[in-house]
Amino acid sequence: MNAKEDSSGQVGRAGQAAESATSRLSRLLTMVPWLLNRQGVEIEETAREFGVTPAQVEADLALLFLCGTPGGYHGDLIEAEWESGRVFLANADTIKRPLRLGVDEALALIVGLRALAAVPGIGERDAVVRALAKLEAATGSASAGSSRIQVVIDEGAGKEALALAQQALAAHRRVHLRYLVPGRDESTERDVDPMRVINFDAQWYLEGWCHRAEDVRLFRVDRIESLTILDEDGTAPAGAEPRDLDSGVFTPHAEDQLVRVALGPGAAWVSEYYPTESVEPMQGGGAVITLRTADTAWLRRLMWRLGSQATVLEPVELARAVRDGARAALDAYAASATASATSIPPSR
Amino acid sequence: MRTQPNASVKTERLLNLVICLLYTRQPLSKAKIRDAVPQYGTTASVEAFDRMFERDKDELRDLGIPLVTEPLDAFFDDEPGYRIDRREYALPEISFAADELAVLGLASRAWAQASLAGPAAQALRKLEAAGVERDDASLIGIEPRVRTAEPAFEAVKNAVLERIPVAFTYRTASSGGVATRHVQPWGIASWHGRWYLTGFDSDRNAPRVFRLGRIEGEVATDGEAASYEVPADHEPKAMISTVAVERDPQPAVLRVRSGTGHSLRRRAGTPRDLGDTWSQIDVDFSDIEAFADEISSFGPDVLVESPAQLKESVIRRLTGALGPGPGREEASA
Repeated sequence: MNAKEDSSGQVGRAGQAAESATSRLSRLLTMVPWLLNRQGVEIEETAREFGVTPAQVEADLALLFLCGTPGGYHGDLIEAEWESGRVFLANADTIKRPLRLGVDEALALIVGLRALAAVPGIGERDAVVRALAKLEAATGSASAGSSRIQVVIDEGAGKEALALAQQALAAHRRVHLRYLVPGRDESTERDVDPMRVINFDAQWYLEGWCHRAEDVRLFRVDRIESLTILDEDGTAPAGAEPRDLDSGVFTPHAEDQLVRVALGPGAAWVSEYYPTESVEPMQGGGAVITLRTADTAWLRRLMWRLGSQATVLEPVELARAVRDGARAALDAYAASATASATSIPPSR
Repeated sequence: MRTQPNASVKTERLLNLVICLLYTRQPLSKAKIRDAVPQYGTTASVEAFDRMFERDKDELRDLGIPLVTEPLDAFFDDEPGYRIDRREYALPEISFAADELAVLGLASRAWAQASLAGPAAQALRKLEAAGVERDDASLIGIEPRVRTAEPAFEAVKNAVLERIPVAFTYRTASSGGVATRHVQPWGIASWHGRWYLTGFDSDRNAPRVFRLGRIEGEVATDGEAASYEVPADHEPKAMISTVAVERDPQPAVLRVRSGTGHSLRRRAGTPRDLGDTWSQIDVDFSDIEAFADEISSFGPDVLVESPAQLKESVIRRLTGALGPGPGREEASA
């Protein structure tokens, strides 16, 4: 369950937040075998694993407690004990094995593994091949057709930098980067301790401890102008945490500036691509989004690119900067046309 | 996520039904099932129970539970009995090594931001139910993430799996016009971060590739499941990469302010200085709209000298960025 869905539940759309009986059943049928093999596991951990609240886990256990084999006598029911915060489960033999994988479940893992097998430089290729063979054998007809659904993860632009980054990561070496900061159109030099190599939406990133920023940073591999592996240990400081990828690649800070942008239907992708504080859909497929950012240079550039498909509503300084920049460029085009061409565009 | 009280009663009933039908060796008649599952005992009438049981049966089957119908008696097949085949129900005993579970975890997390996130996580939990803990430490830190931002993804994926002909409104890249297309879906693939559908286009009477992002609105069912064959050697990736392959690059001449346009300069040859503030560079491009996006993002720092079509595309974006009002009229005149 991602944060977006959680928050939509909190704003009070109760109908959406309610879980269907079958989806709860499906969780229970998976939770029982999982718990049987982990007697004494904490409620908290169970909640994390199943992506629900601890209160929901307790409600699930209370429900299991009422179910069992026909007869309804004490010895027929599932025994569940969780008073201590640790879960003990017994007398659930009929459902001690998980239900076999459904079509989408088999598909997600098989397509995912096949994509991994083809990832350049992956060190665990052998484990991927073994896992794939076992999974295909176990899923049978559920995985039929999965070969017609493919995810291609290739090297993309910046092949050499990618290979070097993976090499440095494996050898725990620090690297020196010449890196283009796209938002600011600026070339920078920095030393980085590599932590991970990520492929996000077909784009490769190097994540690491940046000694210049003294913080964890993500670097798009195709924007690395040069990468040198240094003969220095590249272990990131103990406190350096990789960011949670599933909250998006860009993590805003609360103190950043609040920006409101109106998007046309052709720019609706922006609301999914960047982390937003809110998205208000508009008639006709557009939306008004608010987001937080420390640096508005990238937004100005995004606005020029989106043209008539996006308008900055707030702050007014940013809206003005977008207009001024666009006008300066258009003036320059007009001037060069007047200077060089025989056909002078009409101007008022 | 909160479970509603009435849903709770239903979950209890369904779970008891599953346990009861797994437990029995012999198929059970409906009357026996009504006795065995306490929540059915409270139904007002036999008819009410029948209706409820029919719905429950369908819902269990939708979850993939192999609920089978068999004659109660080998000699009289007038009354059906029901049970769940234990062997068909249970995930086969597969033991994964810790490093195998680690890569399965990666494969599952790859969908964390996609429409298959739920099934991917559920599948992993089932495989881990056996109690083996995955060894994430053995991974050297490659984390792929794939997204399914295209609204058509679910419908198209299901049509591919079940071989259902579909119809949808499609916006063509070259003309920007929309038309209804009728397609027998063969495969889908995520390539360079975008999802594509391959299939047989019944209107064009030829195989075609479609970008999911250009499908507008609903994807409608246009025939029966399994009503056509997919070529045995079909490889979505191979077909997409030959069709979507970029056209021959064309040269562009750009004027770039000093100290700016770094990503463009990287791809250019030696710049020619035009005085103190500007230099001229040559950059090849293949997709005019994507290149116009990139150039526009530099605002007043990068100007197109040629070709004219590229210049027009950039001017169109910048004019749009002026927004409505008097400024716009002036610029577009």
